[in-house]
Order: sequence, then structure tokens, then C-alpha cells
Amino acid sequence: MKIAPRIRCLATALAFAALALPAAAQTLRVGLAEDPDVLDPTLARTFVGRIVFAAVCDKLVDIDENLKIVPQLATSWQWAPDNKSLTMKLRPNVTFHDGEKMDAEAVKFSIERHKTMPGSNRKGELAPVSSVDVVDPLTVRLNLSAPFAPLLAQLADRAGMIVSPKAAKAAGEKFGSNPVCAGPFKFVERVKQGRMVFERFPNYWNKDAIHFDRVVYLPIVDSTARLASLQSGQFDVIERTAPSDVPALKKDSRFHVLPIVEIGYQGIDINIGKSDRAKATPIGRDPRVREAFELSLDRQAIVQVAMDGEALPGNQWVAPTNSFYAKSVPIPKRDVAKAKALLQQAGVTKPSFTLMTATTSDAQRLAQVVQAMAQEAGFDVKIQSTEFSTSLDLADKGDYEAYILAWSGRADPDGNVYSHLVCKQPLDYSGFCNADFDKLVGEARVTADPAQRARLYEQAVQIEARERPIIYLFHRHWLWAYTSKLSGFAKVPDGLMRLQNLQLAK
Amino acid sequence: MGSFLLKRLAAIVPTLFFVSVLIFGLQQLLPGDPAIAMAGEERDPNVIAYLRGKFHLDEPLPVRYGYWLRGALHGDLGESVRIQQPVTDLIVEKLPVTLELAGLAMAVALVIGISAGVAAAVWRDTRWDYVANVFALWGLSTPNFWLGILMILFFSVKLGWFPASGYVSPSENLGENLAGMVMPAFVLGNALAAVLMRHTRSAMLQVMASDYVRTARAKGLDEKVVILRHALRNALVPIITLTALQFGELLSGAVLTEQVFSIPGFGKLIVDAVFNRDYSVVQGVVLFTATVYIVLNLLADLAYFAVNPRMRG
Repeated sequence: MKIAPRIRCLATALAFAALALPAAAQTLRVGLAEDPDVLDPTLARTFVGRIVFAAVCDKLVDIDENLKIVPQLATSWQWAPDNKSLTMKLRPNVTFHDGEKMDAEAVKFSIERHKTMPGSNRKGELAPVSSVDVVDPLTVRLNLSAPFAPLLAQLADRAGMIVSPKAAKAAGEKFGSNPVCAGPFKFVERVKQGRMVFERFPNYWNKDAIHFDRVVYLPIVDSTARLASLQSGQFDVIERTAPSDVPALKKDSRFHVLPIVEIGYQGIDINIGKSDRAKATPIGRDPRVREAFELSLDRQAIVQVAMDGEALPGNQWVAPTNSFYAKSVPIPKRDVAKAKALLQQAGVTKPSFTLMTATTSDAQRLAQVVQAMAQEAGFDVKIQSTEFSTSLDLADKGDYEAYILAWSGRADPDGNVYSHLVCKQPLDYSGFCNADFDKLVGEARVTADPAQRARLYEQAVQIEARERPIIYLFHRHWLWAYTSKLSGFAKVPDGLMRLQNLQLAK
Repeated sequence: MGSFLLKRLAAIVPTLFFVSVLIFGLQQLLPGDPAIAMAGEERDPNVIAYLRGKFHLDEPLPVRYGYWLRGALHGDLGESVRIQQPVTDLIVEKLPVTLELAGLAMAVALVIGISAGVAAAVWRDTRWDYVANVFALWGLSTPNFWLGILMILFFSVKLGWFPASGYVSPSENLGENLAGMVMPAFVLGNALAAVLMRHTRSAMLQVMASDYVRTARAKGLDEKVVILRHALRNALVPIITLTALQFGELLSGAVLTEQVFSIPGFGKLIVDAVFNRDYSVVQGVVLFTATVYIVLNLLADLAYFAVNPRMRG
């Protein structure tokens, strides 16, 4: 009986020790759906790479859960009255992983590197930035050749990542094999096509928000194997869970599923002017046939069947939840009778076209649902499954009729529309060329006032919805699944996991 | 033997040249523009133009082949565009991983395959033979990735015995390394064991019906000695060829298994490279694998000498 209090004492001490443990050596293990490309913010190209950058490279600004621009390395910013320059105040006492100072010179260096490095993928994003001035050690001014409203959103992504000038100069093109930035974690090692390891940066400016000592990312392409690794306790969190696995996970109290509506979209590009092939099909020639095709589709049902309900139906380049969504152009209801009448009006019977799609099972399922729905209105849709790189090449050459394509999305609506629908832009696979549309979207680019921009985009949406070069279908959910011990996961619409404030209970 | 060896070695040069032309030519037949595939989601025209220039994609095919061949002869297989590392480094990094996996899988296959094959031949048309045959049929007809996922679900998720995925280098932690290799090695070895079992069985049956085995038995030798020393040794000749070829295949053929278990080996390297049109990686890895194949074949020929005295003539 005398021993009992002692045991209780010991147990209490152990419990306290256990509570204190999370502070000591904790690792967050993350399962990725793909292997990221080079970890150099200037050269990087993939979505999955952006997830990893969140650990290692901080940006000038970030976006929050409501797509609002919030401070990160810059604490405040001010547009010039003519909107042709942006002055940013930098956070004091920030150092890079190599101990160098993060200051205005470093920002100037990084932006110029993004703009001039051969093969840079940021060049286009920062094209309107003509020069960078160091006003004082903690103030930079970005001078623009013309006003450019999406600039802040660009700076909330890779174009705003600041690298250590010393490390970048020393490593040159090889910087990506040992990135040195000012993010919460330092690069430790990367096994090609295997794990990427980062350890806590003790001098991180926001270190109180970081609760792990290490982060390990491991790509596992197969979604079943990725999920199994989460269930067996090998991972704490995985990205892009298969929608079909969500119901089972939701029933399991050991795990959480966080669906985040993407800022991108999934839609069908229709070749209406990219090549001569556009004229070969009624759907490429006649907007009435495209309208009939759209009316044959039930987006809600598509989402239910093809995506297991894990997407938000939509009909524009931004989701209905976005502040730039044009409410005057709502999602059209399925109307097979009207679709048939339109086809009759257009004088076509059983219009036929091929629908190019990726070879993944998800894409196949989507194509089959679309095919079945369109058939009821009299369309003959032939599915052409094509390996991804090949399909891009065919789309680029205009050697296709319709193409199911996804876009991962950008925080500013400009990133979802300009390159895709303005005449002869790199991603204008449909060959859409409309001077009025280009003018509106171009004007929205140089307009600073969000309300005014929304009005311009609304008019642009109206033109797009009439011509239908792209028929938008839905906005996918980024499905993050994680152990229920993990808390503090921010639901940022770009689908990337922020490591700040994430915590793992023991 | 000397002249035979010389002849075999001389044949390697034209074979390798032919292989290199074939690899290069076939790759050009792949649809899709590598510059577009590599330019990322934005497909910035400046980036595309830069990549075309950097990798000589805008030059005629023979010129590009010349560039590549010159590099390859100097031991430079080019650089991966996607991950920006020399291809030779990637090969050096991935080869030990795949060799370990292939070696373990081969061990599984040899132990199961040969013993089951011998048993099936010795106890022909008995219960053992049927069991071995059913096992072989099962091994041959079970897709690797499916077996892999089932094993993960059972041994990792349900029982928690082995890690579901990932790779730990043996120099870092041998125990963890082996724990991670058990399932992939079994999955890979399983299908091979089936092939080996079928071949061992038929080779053994043929040998067991031959005159010298009957003579050996007539001499009153112990059945064990007859089977293991006289019959099996001769039956091994075709099995060695098969094993060498299969091992070569394992180096490049572990693709699905590596994918399912996320083992950063050769198979995964080449599949990712093909999908990303990372030409120099595909060329380098295929050329390397082809060389290994050729060398393994040569070694198999040499091994005949060791086991079959008649060939030593």
C-alpha cells in the first residue's frame, strides 16, 4: 500500500516527461503523390515541388485561407499612385540558412535571378517588372513597365521566394541540389526519387510557429500504397488521397481528411481555331453545337460519379466560392431537350468528335461519364486515351478536337485565364481569339481596384460562356489525409501544406 | 576457350553500337516534344526555346546522335533535365539499390524455384508435383503490383511487421534496410521462381530419363547423389542461361515493384524519365542495362564451361 503513492508519483513524472517530449526530436513524415523536380524556385515547374518549397523557402508574401495577401518576408507594401511601382518593407533580422542577411539586396538579387537565369520559369510571371531598386537595407521598390495587378499574387508563389545570394552565386545552376533560403527548415538531403529531408532552422524568424525538428517528404505515386503507408503509421500526412478512399477514411477515427477546394479547375478544351482540324467537326465550327454539348452535361452528377463527390461543380475559371466568380453567369442546368433542339437548329445529326484524355483511371472515368451524358443528347463522343506528354504535344499542335485538361490554378484569376484564353498565348489550346475578350482581360491585368477587376472579368466570362472554347466542369478537392494527432492544418486554397502552426500530439 | 572468348568479346562492340543506334532512334519515335514536356505547367515559350537549344533538340537527328555518342564514349551520358544531375551519377546512385533488390529477389527465386522444380521432377505426377505446378501457375499469373499491394495491406497495415514503402540504405541501418526489402524481394522473386521451377522441372525430367542417370543408378549410387550430383548439375546448364537473362531483366524490370514500394531504383528512374521525356536519362540507363545484359550473357556462356565438361573441348 505504501508503494502505491510512489508509483503514482512516478507515473505523474513520466506523464509530464511524455508531455514535454513533443518539444524534443519530432519528425513530420509526409507522403507526396509525385517526385518533385529541381528544388530551385527559379527553375521549378511542378505543383508537388511547391509543397516542398513551403518547408525551405519563405516568400515575400503569402496567401491566407481567404486568398488574401498576407505578410511573410515583407511586412508591408504600397503601390505608387500610378500603379507602376510597388514598394515593400522587409522584415528585419531575417537570416538565410547559411547565416547571410535577408535584406533588400538579397531581394533584388533573387528577383533579377528569376528574370535573367537561362531556363527560368519565373521570367514570364515577372515580365512586367522592369527593375528593382534598393531604397534602404529593408526597403525595395519593384518598378513595372505597366501596371500589373497579379504581381502580389505572383510574389506569394515561387516568384516571391528569396534565395541566399551567396549560396546561389556559388552553386550557379546546381543551386537546386542544395537550396539555401529563409524558410523554417534547412535542406539536409535528397535521395533522387526518394526521400527529401529537412531539419529545423533554429534562427527562423517565426520559429515559435514551428513544432517539428525534421520534415521528411517521400514520394509514393500509387495512391493505394500511399494510403497504406499512412494507415500503417509510416506517414503522418499524405496529399492527394484518392476520392474513392475518402469514405473509409472518414469512418476511421484515427485519421482526418481535409478537403480544400482548389483554385484551379478541370475542364474540356475544345479546338475552335487552333488548327484546321477545328473546322472539321461541328463542335469546333458551331457555338450552338458547343452549347448543346454543355447542356447535355450534368455537372453535379459528373462530380458524384467521376469524383466520388470530392469536387465543387463550376462553370468558370474560378470556383463559385471565389470573390471573382461572376454570379450573372450561373452553372447551366442539364437540358437534353434544349440540347437536341439546338443541334436541330444547327442542322447536325449525331455530331461526332474525339475527346482526348489522360490515361489515368480518374480521367478515364470522367471521359466515360461525359460520353454517356452527351450521347443522350445525340452526340457521338469517341474517347482517345493519350499519355500525358503526348497529349500536350497534340494539344499544342492543335491536333485534337476536345481535350480534358486540368489546371492547378493561381491565386490571382489572371493566372487562370490570361495564358489560357488570350489570343495566341502559350496555353491557348482552343485557339480562341476574341479582341473584346482580350481587351477586358488585359484591362483587368492593369487595374488595381478589385471591384473594378471583378466587373471586367464578369464581362469576359460572359463572352467565354457564349463562345465556349473551354467548358469548365468542376474544381477538385485537394484531399489531405492525416493522423488525428496532427492539428493546425491551414486550409489555404492553393492546396499547399503550411508547416507553421502544425502540431503533432504524442 | 581463348578463341571462343575473343570471338564473344569482339561481338560486343557491334552489338553495343547497334543497341545505341536503336535506343536513340526508337526514342525519337516517341510522340511528344521533350521541350514542351519539360517546360512545366506554364509552358513559357522562352523556356521551351532555351531547352531546345540546351539539349540540341533543334538539330538534325544524326548530329544529335553524334553529340551523344561522343559524350558516351568519354563516359559522359549527359545530364537529366528534370533533376539536373549527370546521368552517370544517377546510375551510380540507383544501381546498388536495384542490385540489392534484384539479388535478394533472385535468391528467393532460386531457393524456391530450383527446389520446387527438382521436387516436381523427382516426384513426378504425385501430390508434390501438382502442388509445385499450382504454385508456379499462381506465381506466373499474379500481377506484381497487385501482390505487392495485398502484401502491404496485410503485413504493413494489418500486422505492422514491415514498412509499407520507402528505402533505407544498408550503410545507414541494415535492419531497416532488410525489413524494407522483404516484401519487394518476395514479390519480384515469386514470379521468377515460377519460371525457374517450370524450367528446372522439364530439364530435370529430360536428364533423369537419360542413359547416364540410369547407369549411375545401376552402379548402385545413392539416389540423392544421382539427383544432386549427376542429374541436377547437367540440368543446370539451361537454368544458368535463364537466370542470367532474368537477372538482366530484373535490373530494368522491377519497375512496377519499385513503384508500389517506392524504392528509388533503376526501374523507377527509367519510367519517370520516359514519362517526362528526360531523353538523356532514358538513353543512358537503357545503354547501361543493355551493356549489363550483354556482359551477363557472356558470363553465362563462361559458366557453361564450368558446369559442362563437354564444352571445354
